[in-house]
Amino acid sequence: MLSDAMTGFDLLQPATIEDAITLLDRYNQDAWVLAGGYDSLDWFKDRVKKPKVVIDLEGIPGLQGVRTIENGLEIGAMTKLTNIEHDNLIRSKFCLLAEASSKVASPQIRNAGTIGGNVCQDTRCWYYRYGVDCYRAGGNTCYAAAPEAMNREHAIFNASRCVAVSPSDTAPALVAIDAVMVIRSARGERRVKAADFFMPPSHDIQRMTVLEPDDLLTAIQIPEKWSGADFYFEKISDRKAWDFALTSIAAVFRMDGPVIADVRIVAGAVSCVPHRFEVVERMLRGERRTEALGERAGQIAVQGAEPLGKNEYKIPLVENLVKRAIVG
Amino acid sequence: MAELIGKDFTPPDVRAKVTGAAKYSEDFRMDGMLHCRLLKSPMPHAIVRSIDANQALELPGVVAILTADEVPIQSAPGNNILTNEPHFIGEPILAVAAESEEAAQNAIDAIKLDLEPQPFCTDPLHSLRPDGPNARTGGNTFSRQDGVFEHKWTAEDFAEEANGQMPMGAPGSEWEYGDLEAGFNKAALVIDESFVTASTAHHSMEPRTAFSYWRNGTCYLHGSSQSQSIVHPGLASYIGVDPENLVFISEFCGGGFGSKAAAYPTMSIPAHMSRKTGRPVMMRISRSEEYFLGSARCGFQGRVRMGFRADGRLTACDLYIVQENGPNTGFNDLGSAAGAVSLVYTPESMRYRGIQVLTNTPPRGAQRGPGQNQIACAIEPLMDKAARKLGLDQVQIRSINAPDSSALYGGNRGRITSAHLKEALASGAEQFGWQERRKRSGQRNGSKVRGVGVGQAYHSAGSSGFDGLVRIDSDGVLHIHTGVGNLGTYSYASTSRVAAEVLDYDWDNCVIHRGDSSRHLPWNNGQFGSNTSFTMTRTNYVAAMDALQKLKQIASMRLGGRPDDWDAKKEMLVHRRNHTWRMSYAQAARWAIEMGGAYSGMNLPEDINPMTRQSAEALAGTGLIGVARDSQHSGTVPALAAGFAEIELDLETGQVEILDYTGVVDCGVVLHPQSLATQVRGGAVMGFGMALTERHVYDSQWGLPAAVGLYQAKPPTYLDVPTETTWSAVEIPDPENPIGAKGIGEPLMGCAAAALLCAISDALGGHYFNRNPIATDMIVNAAANRAPSQSPLAVNSQ
Repeated sequence: MLSDAMTGFDLLQPATIEDAITLLDRYNQDAWVLAGGYDSLDWFKDRVKKPKVVIDLEGIPGLQGVRTIENGLEIGAMTKLTNIEHDNLIRSKFCLLAEASSKVASPQIRNAGTIGGNVCQDTRCWYYRYGVDCYRAGGNTCYAAAPEAMNREHAIFNASRCVAVSPSDTAPALVAIDAVMVIRSARGERRVKAADFFMPPSHDIQRMTVLEPDDLLTAIQIPEKWSGADFYFEKISDRKAWDFALTSIAAVFRMDGPVIADVRIVAGAVSCVPHRFEVVERMLRGERRTEALGERAGQIAVQGAEPLGKNEYKIPLVENLVKRAIVG
Repeated sequence: MAELIGKDFTPPDVRAKVTGAAKYSEDFRMDGMLHCRLLKSPMPHAIVRSIDANQALELPGVVAILTADEVPIQSAPGNNILTNEPHFIGEPILAVAAESEEAAQNAIDAIKLDLEPQPFCTDPLHSLRPDGPNARTGGNTFSRQDGVFEHKWTAEDFAEEANGQMPMGAPGSEWEYGDLEAGFNKAALVIDESFVTASTAHHSMEPRTAFSYWRNGTCYLHGSSQSQSIVHPGLASYIGVDPENLVFISEFCGGGFGSKAAAYPTMSIPAHMSRKTGRPVMMRISRSEEYFLGSARCGFQGRVRMGFRADGRLTACDLYIVQENGPNTGFNDLGSAAGAVSLVYTPESMRYRGIQVLTNTPPRGAQRGPGQNQIACAIEPLMDKAARKLGLDQVQIRSINAPDSSALYGGNRGRITSAHLKEALASGAEQFGWQERRKRSGQRNGSKVRGVGVGQAYHSAGSSGFDGLVRIDSDGVLHIHTGVGNLGTYSYASTSRVAAEVLDYDWDNCVIHRGDSSRHLPWNNGQFGSNTSFTMTRTNYVAAMDALQKLKQIASMRLGGRPDDWDAKKEMLVHRRNHTWRMSYAQAARWAIEMGGAYSGMNLPEDINPMTRQSAEALAGTGLIGVARDSQHSGTVPALAAGFAEIELDLETGQVEILDYTGVVDCGVVLHPQSLATQVRGGAVMGFGMALTERHVYDSQWGLPAAVGLYQAKPPTYLDVPTETTWSAVEIPDPENPIGAKGIGEPLMGCAAAALLCAISDALGGHYFNRNPIATDMIVNAAANRAPSQSPLAVNSQ
């Protein structure tokens, strides 16, 4: 039952990454990282999450902005989605990410929401958000997988007890362009491929990412590999704004003349993590981007899908989106 | 006339709204103010076994607890203030007041509540089964005479369900006119269709926050309300205080859409808590709470059999509606829906049967076009289906059935005041370029396909018999007292201008008094039912006419001649033949004060309402008083509207782009064009949500609501609708209104919803869903020739 009345907490506003890491180390599981607030505040108001301290990253300059690094770009985790949408470097090299960012929530939310917050947000499974004692909340059932459950938005791939999906619009794009997540903690810095950053429920059902409580996602690096490649992004939702994807598709193509030299196709909102169609990718290499190929690829993409009671439509949707990505 | 009527103006409350100066209930503060939070039921139906608040009351800052035992009991199935038997998730069980909202919620969290779960139901058809659950201990339906009782259908009644058709057992109410059987016999085409229309939440931007305090036995209550005077007696009753000991303040309302039309029980909770604690109490209701204890539109499960002549004329209509009513009184949507069918399509014969079934989902209430708009969503696509089968144009089949002013309403075949739907259809078709656009129907552009749709809707739009009250003070200023309320449509202002028009006033020399029952307001109808334009022009007209008569009498008595020899122009009385005989309204008002009697309100008409009497008595002696009770008009006042939409639908993704929309209205004389334009567009946006995006979803196993936030319930955003839409008005005066006006607010939603639903089905080549909204998944499945995921008659499922 939603209470909609926030509990008190100490608001900590570090000015440097180092200070933020120190605070995270000190408060660990009692801390909550605030990176824009659009996920956090709902949790607080509903008293589902009651952190003792909230670490607001807004005032850390080192987490902001887009910069060129050796062999790629680095985006500070606190860079606003609006800025990514309009950033010239990103638009010229990795338009896929700009496009994905432009589809997040609403213009107003993108002005405050950050790329780090977007990839770290929790799932939007309405049962879980409602506060039921499901697997993800530490209980021993999945309400959304029940035969009569309202699971229109839920997973058709790789569910493992939990059938929630990854809500992020930027995540499939980041996986498609082989982004690397830069994570720091008092224990040091590590880099994790975007494809490995998101946590499948089969590994840990109570987390959406590999981040430990004392970890801080500081930046996202994008290697040059896919710079200037052909991109395709599309998000399907009930509304044109302020909505989560029913399914999204992010694809990159490196062409060799008329044929596909290399490709990544990743779907959002069909699995608990961004869902990469590796079999399809293998099949596409060396092929021309035709309608027939697209249709065949779509059919292959949905092999192994396990729809629930109310989300079978995601099968034709994924088929169509894979085809559209290929045909362009 | 027509110096003010039909002209744009800036209503007096606009500036405060755009600058933020407007104070809503939540904006008030007072020294010593407590904050109140509600303990709401986590179960869809339960009985409170025990409440242990000992620990909670020990927490810092906690002041008091208020339980259901301390507030007036409401007779079932009325909406409760607080209850020991909650019938929906989120129903308030008790309230806690504390020094802060956080402390109050801490106390709520610490209360040990022992609930005994009871059977519950989220689908009326489940409840109607022989062994189905009842939403209330006493049964699953109700009547005014008998209260709550059990109503079940037989197993045989459900036999047709296996074919996906709506079963039809014994109804709760029915009426019939004409020879139905003969009507079907002579029909060239008979269609028999089951349908589902979804509930939708009200989404009012301002949650129903209330603030209250007591002074010397008088309760002051700031509430969020569409209406003013009509709320007063009911609210006083909820509080348990005489109406004269209640001051009700509601100057601004952040939207109601029917959910704040009349007094509602939660508003009284801070008043009870304030009486108990002796301190001012603020009860802030949150956005998500609004989805639980606010209100929603009734959903329909229905079936309609319609017989058509070859030219499209409807010869017979047999309508059955099962209404998902929520657990409480709900609203008579189903009866209104049947009435709408009788008028919009004028079937030669018709039978209506229906039943309200109680469910353990949010309490239902009126929502913009309650009943009429759902039935527009259900029937309009079926008119297209019939048109396709008969080879007729969609506008043509509507036009041949559309009412004119001789049409009759409902089972009682009551007369109407005026109807010009044929003209609206013709004018809209021309403005929209229907014939040209229709040629684009089905046109492909890659995976995208064009569709066009026309929709119609109706609502009764006028009442009468309420009071008008105006005052001309000794400076000549016209004070217009209006108790209608301020829903946000500005019609309180545009209807007040009728008094200024009658008295030929400069609008800048007029003041509207409203928003606070201590400002001497008359007894007026509320701002609901699209009635304000009709009803309040009548009351302001009769009050102004009373003032005008008195002005002329005073001039005649003081300066000579007969009253009829005097003209009232530009706030001056001038003798028609001797132009040197002149008297300003200010002078006349001063004479009125001196002369007393009826002129200054010392003597009042016998027939005015006690509330108006009290207000007029308070104003007596301060100017020339115009006060009168409006007479009763004759006939249902129809507000009729037609909408036209063109869309592009992506067959591969289910995405719908609304390319263009035109709304045409039959609302008599237009009072305020700018405001009407806003209504046409705003109604259309709501309608688009009803047709396409809005969600009202429940898990039937647990009774849990899925859509309890704006992002889950999905009303359309500004990015979901065309930047520009167009409109026009038929503008044929209504004969039962002194200036020819009638209301229009509600059908503007239904006609747009219907037009969009029809356009979607048109784009899909005549695939009719018989359900709204048409959600993305439904379109994807239909385009892929897959079965829908919902069972045909399921409610709360999309």
